[in-house]
Amino acid sequence: MYAYDQYDQAMVDARVEEFRDQARRRLEGKLTEDQFKPLRLMNGLYLQLHAYMLRVAIPYGTLDSRQMHALADIADKYDRGYGHFTTRQNIQYNWIKLEDAADILADLAKVEMHAIQTSGNCIRNISSDHFAGAAADEIVDPRPYAELLRQWSSFHPEFSYLPRKFKIAVIASETDRAAMRLHDIGINIVKNDAGELGAAFYVGGGMGRTPMIAPCINPFVPLDQLVTYAEACLRVYNRYGRRDNKYKARIKILVHELGAEEYTRQVEQEFEHLLDQGVEPPLAELDRIRTFFDDPLFDTRAAYEIDRSDPDFALWVDRNTVPHKADGYVSAVISLKPVGGIPGDATAEQMRLMADLAKDYSFDELRVMHTQNIVLPHVRKADLHALWTALEEAGLGSPNLDTVEDIIACPGLDYCSLANARSIPIAQRISERFAKTGKTGTLGQLKLKISGCINACGHHHAGHIGILGVDRKGVENYQLLLGGSEAEDVSLAKITGPGFDEHGIVDAVETVTTVYENERQDGERFVDTYRRIGMNPFKEALYG
Amino acid sequence: MRLLTGNDLKTGAVTWWTGSDWSIHIEDAVDVTGSEDEIARSEEAARRVNVPYAVDAELHEGNPRPSHIKERVRALGPTVRPDLTLKPADPEIGNWVI
Amino acid sequence: MADTLRYRDDEPVDHPAVTVDSFLDQSNATAVRIEPGDDARALVPHLERLALIEVNFPAFGDGRGYSSARILREAGYEGELRAVGDVLVDQLAYMRRCGFDAFEPDKQFDMDDVAAALERWPGVYQQAADDRTPIWSKRHA
Repeated sequence: MYAYDQYDQAMVDARVEEFRDQARRRLEGKLTEDQFKPLRLMNGLYLQLHAYMLRVAIPYGTLDSRQMHALADIADKYDRGYGHFTTRQNIQYNWIKLEDAADILADLAKVEMHAIQTSGNCIRNISSDHFAGAAADEIVDPRPYAELLRQWSSFHPEFSYLPRKFKIAVIASETDRAAMRLHDIGINIVKNDAGELGAAFYVGGGMGRTPMIAPCINPFVPLDQLVTYAEACLRVYNRYGRRDNKYKARIKILVHELGAEEYTRQVEQEFEHLLDQGVEPPLAELDRIRTFFDDPLFDTRAAYEIDRSDPDFALWVDRNTVPHKADGYVSAVISLKPVGGIPGDATAEQMRLMADLAKDYSFDELRVMHTQNIVLPHVRKADLHALWTALEEAGLGSPNLDTVEDIIACPGLDYCSLANARSIPIAQRISERFAKTGKTGTLGQLKLKISGCINACGHHHAGHIGILGVDRKGVENYQLLLGGSEAEDVSLAKITGPGFDEHGIVDAVETVTTVYENERQDGERFVDTYRRIGMNPFKEALYG
Repeated sequence: MRLLTGNDLKTGAVTWWTGSDWSIHIEDAVDVTGSEDEIARSEEAARRVNVPYAVDAELHEGNPRPSHIKERVRALGPTVRPDLTLKPADPEIGNWVI
Repeated sequence: MADTLRYRDDEPVDHPAVTVDSFLDQSNATAVRIEPGDDARALVPHLERLALIEVNFPAFGDGRGYSSARILREAGYEGELRAVGDVLVDQLAYMRRCGFDAFEPDKQFDMDDVAAALERWPGVYQQAADDRTPIWSKRHA
């Protein structure tokens, strides 16, 4: 994985001292809260419902055991012994003190980590495919491109006071495991007919209160123009994105209001201009970055027949491991979704265990999934039983990847000052219900996503089943949505009808899964059945 | 009644105006009806509180209870982690929030 | 109104800046003020007769002026480029990178903070409108 050189380290160190100085000036009263807020946000520091919250960047979701240990140490030293992995592959801590924040950033810098631009109206942490470098179906490893863009977007002098936040995802396979088209810019690294690599640019996607699927504005940007093209996309947005209404300030609104064609025309015009401005790093820089993402030395004799005699182990293997490009290996998913647990939360002890297991079994590498789980990307099949045994002992062996128990949930009203309703208890009750009825397995792939407000951090628009918490006269109420997907079959979920209370929503989810069970044809997933039969049968079952 | 709340600037902790100071315990909060803006302004200027604002509340068993669920969650802590709330030993506290 | 902080050796323009519209209408003015919604490129045909371009920041969070500045420098403008208005000391380094060489903030800067802000960054990751060499260029020098 990528390692800082002296330049990268010096920049991160400088940022720590800058923030230390800014925090000092705030505490001394030289900065007002209004002035300080964008500065702290650009260092990931929110003022949340109970305390300050710090969001730490995990670039493209990749980290090593040393870094995971550092995250665990921060949880113990400065927080309350746990952290929350997020839908953008980051981690956040809920109980941070402003007076500690600079020290935390300094601890992070020691392990080549930071919280730079994890919030604020700037270019956020770049996300990517959590199976990058391991997936059997990828064209190339997308992370070098994400790293190139990470550096370009860090401390960008022109794009740090954008109309609104700006999220970029980079993938390099037909299968989309990063919700690429629901980002402000989604980049898919593709090959053209001549076999050359390039970048397809999708611009103007997003969730939030106005969900949109990004249109492709350029199917092939040559790799030696990647940064220049991104710069053009951003400049048009910075100049013309709406600033009169924060709810209409995301780039999706600009692209929608101008039309994709006109936005593209303006980008191309700016791009032509910028090609002469020398903003593109040389391809040698991309080559330099690529060397950090070379394959580890896979054991070519690793072919191995898994002993399936233990049914619990066999179930976990079936559900939580995915094919790897190297023979004898899989990627293994550590579920952070124990039945009745808090989706995405991990204790410091669990983080340390996952770090140690990565060191022992996965070439020292871990990934954070946007579904709030952890991946050990390169595990020998021969090591799976030992890995699973260790996970089971720590309560990390839930065999529920992509099942109805594998729920994405935002922190909701339990932690978030923007939320209108709690998300976590709904996730807890639903996973408990399905674990109890034993239907988790028979329902197959079922992506359930819960947001506690319209900002959609829990990706409810992209759930096969989505739940949106709203405030109805001071009482929590939950709307049900069906038919969304964040993957390559991207679609936006539609609302079923009137909402439910916190008990009713759990029943409602069970009701729609019963409709699916009754209606499904061979091999259909929930979302396939929904797409075939439409909303009405579900509505009838729900509201009769 | 109206309660004045905010966060401690240094620690971020949720605090409530007691009439003379700030407390993390909502039981200490006093009615600020009529004087909320003035107290908020002077306390924020002195950096004894960050982003203060007033919320509606009622008396409940002799103690103030905010009218809105969000402020009740703020006052107590996350309902999904009773061990991290201000009343970890009270099994009934969830009913106070919801 | 605070003093103007200048990073130029030439004499400052001694008359007030006019709006973009009135500049384009007349004009023998040599100083113009750009508002966030103005198109900086409208000035490009006239850059040789401008000695001062002020870019107004009515609110520090409105970042359109950063693009305006860079566009003007990319077009070859060499006169004074002054950031005016709600300009905060923590924005100075980025503004310098976008080509600003003068600052007239609503509220006076603390000069120690200015020095710290401008000396802060050991490197830069982008080619911009200043003369700093990007880190990627140093790596492959």
